Amino acid sequence: MDDTIRASAADLAAAMQAGEMSSVEITQAQLDRIAEVDGDLHAFLHVDADGALATAKRVDDARAAGEAVAALAGVPIAIKDVVVTRGLPTTCGSHILEGWIPPYDATIVTRLRQAGLPILGKTNMDEFAMGSSTEHSAYGPSRNPWDLGRIPGGSGGGSAAAVASHQAPLAIGTDTGGSIRQPAAVTGTVGAKPTYGGVSRYGLIALASSLDQAGPVARTVLDAAMLHELLGGHDPLDSTSLDAPVPALVDAVRDADVAGLRVGVVRELGGEGYQRGVRARFDEVVGLLTDAGAEVTEVSCPHFDYALAAYYLILPSEASSNLAKFDAMRYGLRVPPDGVADPSAEQVMAATRAAGFGDEVKRRIILGTYALSSGYYDAYYGSAQKVRTLIQRDFAAAFDQADVLLSPTAPTTAFRFGEKLDDPVAMYLNDIATIPANLAGVPGISVPSGLADEDGLPTGVQVLAPARADDRVYRVGAVIEALLVERWGGTLLARAPSVTGTR
Amino acid sequence: MPADLPSGGALTREDVAHLAGLARIDLTAAELDHLAPQLAVILESVAKVAEVAHGDVPATSHPLPLSNVFRSDDVRPGLTAEEALANAPEVEQQRFSVPRILGADE
Amino acid sequence: MTAATLLSYDDALARFDPVLGLEVHVELNTASKMFCACPTTFGAAPNSQVCPVCLGLPGALPVLNERAVAAAIRIGLALNCSIAAECRFARKNYFYPDMPKNFQTSQYDEPIAYDGWTEVAVDEAAYRIEIERVHMEEDTGKSLHVGGATGRIHGASHSLVDYNRAGIPLIEIVTKPIIGTGAAAPVVARAYVTHLRELLLSLGVSDVRMEQGSLRCDANASLRLGQDAPFGTRTETKNVNSLRSVERAVRYEICRQAAVLTDGGTVTQETRHWHEDTGITTPGRSKEQAEDYRYFPEPDLAPIAPDVAWVEQLRATLPEGPGRRRSRLQAAWGFSDLDMRDVVGAGALALVEQTIGAGAAPAAAKKWWLTELARRANEQGVELAELPVGPEQVAQVQALIDTGRINDKLARSVFDGLLAGEGTPEEIVAARGLEVVSDETALGAAVDRAIEANPGAADKVRAGKAAAAGALIGAVMAEMRGQADAGRVRDLILAKLSP
Repeated sequence: MDDTIRASAADLAAAMQAGEMSSVEITQAQLDRIAEVDGDLHAFLHVDADGALATAKRVDDARAAGEAVAALAGVPIAIKDVVVTRGLPTTCGSHILEGWIPPYDATIVTRLRQAGLPILGKTNMDEFAMGSSTEHSAYGPSRNPWDLGRIPGGSGGGSAAAVASHQAPLAIGTDTGGSIRQPAAVTGTVGAKPTYGGVSRYGLIALASSLDQAGPVARTVLDAAMLHELLGGHDPLDSTSLDAPVPALVDAVRDADVAGLRVGVVRELGGEGYQRGVRARFDEVVGLLTDAGAEVTEVSCPHFDYALAAYYLILPSEASSNLAKFDAMRYGLRVPPDGVADPSAEQVMAATRAAGFGDEVKRRIILGTYALSSGYYDAYYGSAQKVRTLIQRDFAAAFDQADVLLSPTAPTTAFRFGEKLDDPVAMYLNDIATIPANLAGVPGISVPSGLADEDGLPTGVQVLAPARADDRVYRVGAVIEALLVERWGGTLLARAPSVTGTR
Repeated sequence: MPADLPSGGALTREDVAHLAGLARIDLTAAELDHLAPQLAVILESVAKVAEVAHGDVPATSHPLPLSNVFRSDDVRPGLTAEEALANAPEVEQQRFSVPRILGADE
Repeated sequence: MTAATLLSYDDALARFDPVLGLEVHVELNTASKMFCACPTTFGAAPNSQVCPVCLGLPGALPVLNERAVAAAIRIGLALNCSIAAECRFARKNYFYPDMPKNFQTSQYDEPIAYDGWTEVAVDEAAYRIEIERVHMEEDTGKSLHVGGATGRIHGASHSLVDYNRAGIPLIEIVTKPIIGTGAAAPVVARAYVTHLRELLLSLGVSDVRMEQGSLRCDANASLRLGQDAPFGTRTETKNVNSLRSVERAVRYEICRQAAVLTDGGTVTQETRHWHEDTGITTPGRSKEQAEDYRYFPEPDLAPIAPDVAWVEQLRATLPEGPGRRRSRLQAAWGFSDLDMRDVVGAGALALVEQTIGAGAAPAAAKKWWLTELARRANEQGVELAELPVGPEQVAQVQALIDTGRINDKLARSVFDGLLAGEGTPEEIVAARGLEVVSDETALGAAVDRAIEANPGAADKVRAGKAAAAGALIGAVMAEMRGQADAGRVRDLILAKLSP
């Protein structure tokens, strides 16, 4: 494999800055890699070679002319197809948006364009971000570069697979219940969910408005930090965005040190239900942190046991409302009902939504409609919002005792395709460790913690911090990464089986 | 107590059909058959929230405490009509053409 | 549609006590929409004032217009409401093609203002109307129904939707049940909406033009057996597009419901549609299942917590209340109580004020609006404000009379011309040749001719009976086709016939 595509974003940026490489070269190398392997991996739903190369050229010219450019200028990036991109098809992994070309850019895309990152294309995802395996994409699943018969995680499996297989050094994901962090864990990459409101949601096709956040997908903690700094900050177009500057994340990575740091291991996020190999790698990380000077204790967050239940009431409720706009009237799919002459608007809506939405989406819309319906609101949605308060209180109490919290990111390694499709609840359990952070709005990162002995597949460790303290998750994540790279003598991804095109 | 759903209690096939109507999704008979038990299982697991959600616990609708987020009353250009209509399934007289609305009151 | 059986109004009131409820929607006159920066100007080309937010495109998010919130608070204060210390928006979820998100961002159990009241004067009586709530929401797009009769939904083959109006700020004002109006119910309903219009105009928050839809009214009515009896079932009537319609629709519903109840039937709780042309209400589409709006707090908008300082600042901007304004104007204009009541009752207060502002004397302004123009408005079945004649023009007409260039009778022809859109009063006088003849020679000649043709009357005048000049004046006016100043003619006659 060409060194260019193995390089980190930080290294690529440095190389361009030093005049050793051009963005066009780098972008072309990525495009070549995509052409080579994506037939097997199916990480991308759309590739925009012309657009990416045009941006690359523009950046190279600017640099040659001596203009100041952003830190990541010229570094190619892939974007999860839940993010609206002007002029590029945006499907959200669904048939109902097949062929939709947005007339506007998400704020984070505007920032990427202004900074001069060539956009390679849009990555695959579970339909409307509902899933933990990318098997619910209407366009077919993406595959895990570590084992093509296994899932890459979800809902952002495409972005994680793209980065893990070196098709892109960076990607954008979104995380509502773990959709950045869990794919990172099962693909041996890094993924972070910012504090709620830390990154603009304007232009993110909404799943659960009070839970969604966009964030970085990368191969190193530093790369993720650089991307996060570029994306984050106040957006006047998003009423829920924090009116505060992004914390100094890159500095936190460079300062990586945990001496005297209080680390809390969350009792409820571990133990039974977590694969043996996942726990083993996690315990090793705890040991390494202790050796590095951290004070590790156990903390208890008893209401985390109710997090999954609350999440699977809040998310479908908000989603059922957010997805109502897909009704065949203004854009997207329009399908007339079978055997009805002169159908009404209502009939066309119902037929289109039946044809355009997949099973999981229908399941959650019906669930959400139920949870909000009159007579059930108090018992379901209303109660779930109370559990949210209890979870926030648990976090607050835990953060009195610890500066960061630690847990395995996901209970298992990558499972085989089809293994959990027939059992929705089993599928939902993949998010059991990641969901509490979304409910509370606190930031989290997943960094690779090694391979599970029993199957040789990647595992991840999750670091959580109080709201607005994103720098802490990067600091601790960087320490863990450094300690493990030292122990392994290289990155985890270096041990991945090489993926070469079979076409 | 919930009177709106046909069964008024556990989630039946009829309940699912009613909800699908509210959500404007035509479910096939097969989908109704397999959705109802799946949803019932999910609901059982999520019903446990009621165990801890007591009256004195306030609900959280917004994770981070923001308030009074406003914009000033300024006009900025938006989309052109062409951009707005570009993805429309059908256009007539520069408007979105939709099938006949059974409609309530205008 | 055949009309339902009706009881006479008197019979209905003899047997039942009406209870009313009025819901008024006001479109604010902010420059931009409620949740986005699109312009709100009326009459733009379809879908030319839209953006991802008001078009409900995937990914778009709302940001609240501060001026709209200020307007809502001011309306609440003007209606003596309490202002919520903290409130949120809520999503009202239902599907309809004119709603881009298929939910309306509105307020549910947390309105920005609540528990107020306002006083409405009708003839000698004053009615205190309790206000339940004032809340903020967004307007929907507009549909054109193609292919059916009269552009209505029934029988339409398809519809064309324009989203320019989607997202314009809307304030909803809901009264508590209005009781104790008795036979005056329809008139009180109309007076309340008239009063609300004036209030909103004086606040400067809306154009309140019912014919343009910036003020909309839904009228609820029910009947009960007596003043202490429990409330009956109410109906809600929509498409009440003018002040006149408010009164007529309420009256009709009272008569219709009375007939149903007297017949032993029950009133169906439903939404009905008012037809101004036929003067009846008809049932709206009956829905198999009541809509379940599944309200929940809007996660995309932060809660609003107007601080006391802001509210007090807004309170200080409130104009004088309508009662005080009326007293002030009445004194300034020298009108009697009856005069003032007539002007207010006709919904002409602002028009008269503006006409006076444009230079006309108060009595003249009142005269024209309440007689000539009111008659024309009635004939055409429109509100005074909807006539194509404005206060400026009325003042111009009066100015022409004041300078002797036309008289009252000729002014009526000028109004004909104004209503027909023939131009300015000046232009119409010229085009139609309405100018009073002031040429002394011509007048003198006409007087001579009249004297010659009416010797008897002329003799009487010479004999000192000035009153007999009337016949001579009439003859001159007839010859001049009214285009003479009758007073001047009389002077000329008397001068010529004096000894």
